[in-house]
Amino acid sequence: MKYVNEYRDPELGKKLLERIRRNSRKHIRLMEFCGGHTVAIFKHGLRQLLPSNIEMLSGPGCPVCVTASMDLDRAIAMAKLPDVIITSFGDMVRVPGSRSSLQKAKAEGADVRIVYSAQDALKMAKENPDKAIIFIGIGFETTAPTIAASILQAEQEEIKNYFVLSLHKTCPPIMKAILDLGEVKLDGIICPGHVSAVIGSRPYQFLADDYQIACAVSGFEPVDILLAVDSLVEQIESGQPKVEITYRRGVKEGGNPAALKLMDAVFEVGSADWRGIGVVPESGLQIRKRYEGFDAAKRFDIKVSTAKEPKGCICGAVLRGVSTPLECKLFRRLCTPENPIGPCMVSSEGSCATYYQYGEGSGR
Amino acid sequence: MCLAIPALIKSIEGQQAVADIEGVTREISLQLTPEAKVGDYVLLHTGYAIGVIDAEEAEETLKLLREMTEAG
Amino acid sequence: MEDKILLAHGSGGKLMHDLIESFMPELANPILEKLDDSAVFDVSGRLAFTTDSYTVNPIFFPGGDIGRLAVCGTVNDLAMSGAKPLYLSLAFIIEEGLAVADLKKIVGSIAEAAGEAGVKIVTGDTKVVNRGSADKIFINTAGVGIVPEGVNISAAKARPGDKVIISGNIGDHGIAVLSKREGLKFHTPVPSDCAPLNGLVADILAASKDIHSLRDPTRGGLAVTLNDFARQSKAGIRIDEDTIPMNKAVMAACELLGLDPLHIANEGKLAAAVPVENAERVLAAMKRNKYGRDAAIIGEVVKEHPGQVVMKTSLGASRIIDMPVGELLPRIC
Repeated sequence: MKYVNEYRDPELGKKLLERIRRNSRKHIRLMEFCGGHTVAIFKHGLRQLLPSNIEMLSGPGCPVCVTASMDLDRAIAMAKLPDVIITSFGDMVRVPGSRSSLQKAKAEGADVRIVYSAQDALKMAKENPDKAIIFIGIGFETTAPTIAASILQAEQEEIKNYFVLSLHKTCPPIMKAILDLGEVKLDGIICPGHVSAVIGSRPYQFLADDYQIACAVSGFEPVDILLAVDSLVEQIESGQPKVEITYRRGVKEGGNPAALKLMDAVFEVGSADWRGIGVVPESGLQIRKRYEGFDAAKRFDIKVSTAKEPKGCICGAVLRGVSTPLECKLFRRLCTPENPIGPCMVSSEGSCATYYQYGEGSGR
Repeated sequence: MCLAIPALIKSIEGQQAVADIEGVTREISLQLTPEAKVGDYVLLHTGYAIGVIDAEEAEETLKLLREMTEAG
Repeated sequence: MEDKILLAHGSGGKLMHDLIESFMPELANPILEKLDDSAVFDVSGRLAFTTDSYTVNPIFFPGGDIGRLAVCGTVNDLAMSGAKPLYLSLAFIIEEGLAVADLKKIVGSIAEAAGEAGVKIVTGDTKVVNRGSADKIFINTAGVGIVPEGVNISAAKARPGDKVIISGNIGDHGIAVLSKREGLKFHTPVPSDCAPLNGLVADILAASKDIHSLRDPTRGGLAVTLNDFARQSKAGIRIDEDTIPMNKAVMAACELLGLDPLHIANEGKLAAAVPVENAERVLAAMKRNKYGRDAAIIGEVVKEHPGQVVMKTSLGASRIIDMPVGELLPRIC
């Protein structure tokens, strides 16, 4: 695959690792913020291959893991309404809310369908005019513009039975919130590559300026990630933190203006409830009044009770980078991919699922 | 997060396009990348192009990588 | 004849009789034509016996349909024991409203697959259920075959030192089926690999009777099969990512949907654990068969980490290959 295989070249990878080993002296802590990076790092065994003085922490960049229980409960309640079809990305379907999951609701008779794209949901809306199609909108700034585009398309094509439950969140505010919690000391951050394809690199400048944290905006192939780690090592060793785009083929400093414009036209910024972290101001996207006709939260006003997190589950601490799954008493014993207790185990890119799947710390 | 893969634009009709990755094809939306042209590679995320891949920058990066790893 | 299957077609009367008559020319054989309550035949030797039900959705997909699957799946289960497949039973559970033309197509596929595999459909059953009680059509096939003398194949027999061989490209079937699913639709240039493998197995056994383990990696993909070998044999398995054969388009579809190719179903492939001294000969025999052209040695059975499957990645690191959990779900993250 073009623009992919070149960045999987094992020779380049090995040479980059050598370079990193040579140049990295200090003990440093890097956080890969994005779930996609967590998976890529584990899949290619990068933690094993990086020198031991580089400590890698996983951050909260898993939009599935950070969806609040109450929000999920609301989606599940909507699924049980008559004449409703819930459409969702595959990621969400097995995540446990406080009592159930979309998958369980489906087994009990709810019409829950997995889609690859918001456009598929729009198609279902056209094909089922007597049903309400509710799309569960999760994802960060990579996905939010696509949902915004689908709402604009619905308006243009006069589709009246398409609704979005917006659970979208944004990255820079949560990065700031985690740092302000003061629980983790970071030297560098691997910034999410595809979020940045939309928002550009400028929103991360505050990390370098105000927090002296080195930043590298990274792609997802192993060579991309190693290039980012190399940049971070160089920045940290020279004591000059900045924001460097190492994923130059995918990210421009100013991001994608057309996508940003669409996102801004449909969504406004508000506070959002992050599972395991709490309410973070200005970190969520809500549908503007102008488009409230497409807002599932307004159209289907469902009250759900406050959710309690399962006892012993430390997903919150894992998401904030404070603990690793290995420190969780439930990990592997009671909480497994077949029987997940917290969201970090269900989401395919949650830290716990990743640690479990790829065998980190399994003592082999 | 955010699985996005490079896909080749084979044809465009209005705001929709046919994208191709190694022979796998699908209709996608160019609403977020109105500047995309046939022959461009785009970053494809959930059926929408979220950016056009900069072929020159890609070349530059590969060149830089080769230099970096030769010099050592 | 009606153009849609009705409840009456399953109730034993004239409509059903006529329906079955219409299948007969394609499935014809002396035992079936007797239309007795049971098929009666002589066999001698060790019997292999298996059954499977087929509920694939959609029922028609690039490269095959539920009919072909129903024959090949059961033929292959017999073949994986080293058995020569002989006779199949065929039972339909049809949802009322299924187009008769669709049923005819499916019966045609069954006849073609059975012909290719050299098996006879000797007994069958047809039921029709209310709309909503089945998803278009469910098929069950059971099969019997004879295991030749001196052949003892089992997932529990893999031994350290054995080579692990896969008969060709992985992931073709699962991706072909997914491409037609509502909500996902995309075009794949690679059809399902659904095929009867008894000929391939016969060629393998002709090259060497001493085959330890054979299994076809269907639901759950190669990951499940290798884990089965490892767990049942209480041995470890090491594979090399760079040696696993895969069609570029299938890899692209996996990237598109966020799926792991090792978890994707195959319906015309087998994995084998073969003693090292026979491995090259077996591989050569496989490559001479039309269903083994892309066969490759992908790893070996080891003493270390018993019960676990470990893969060396392109970059040289190792990671554990676990069983997939639950349904295969495309993801955005």
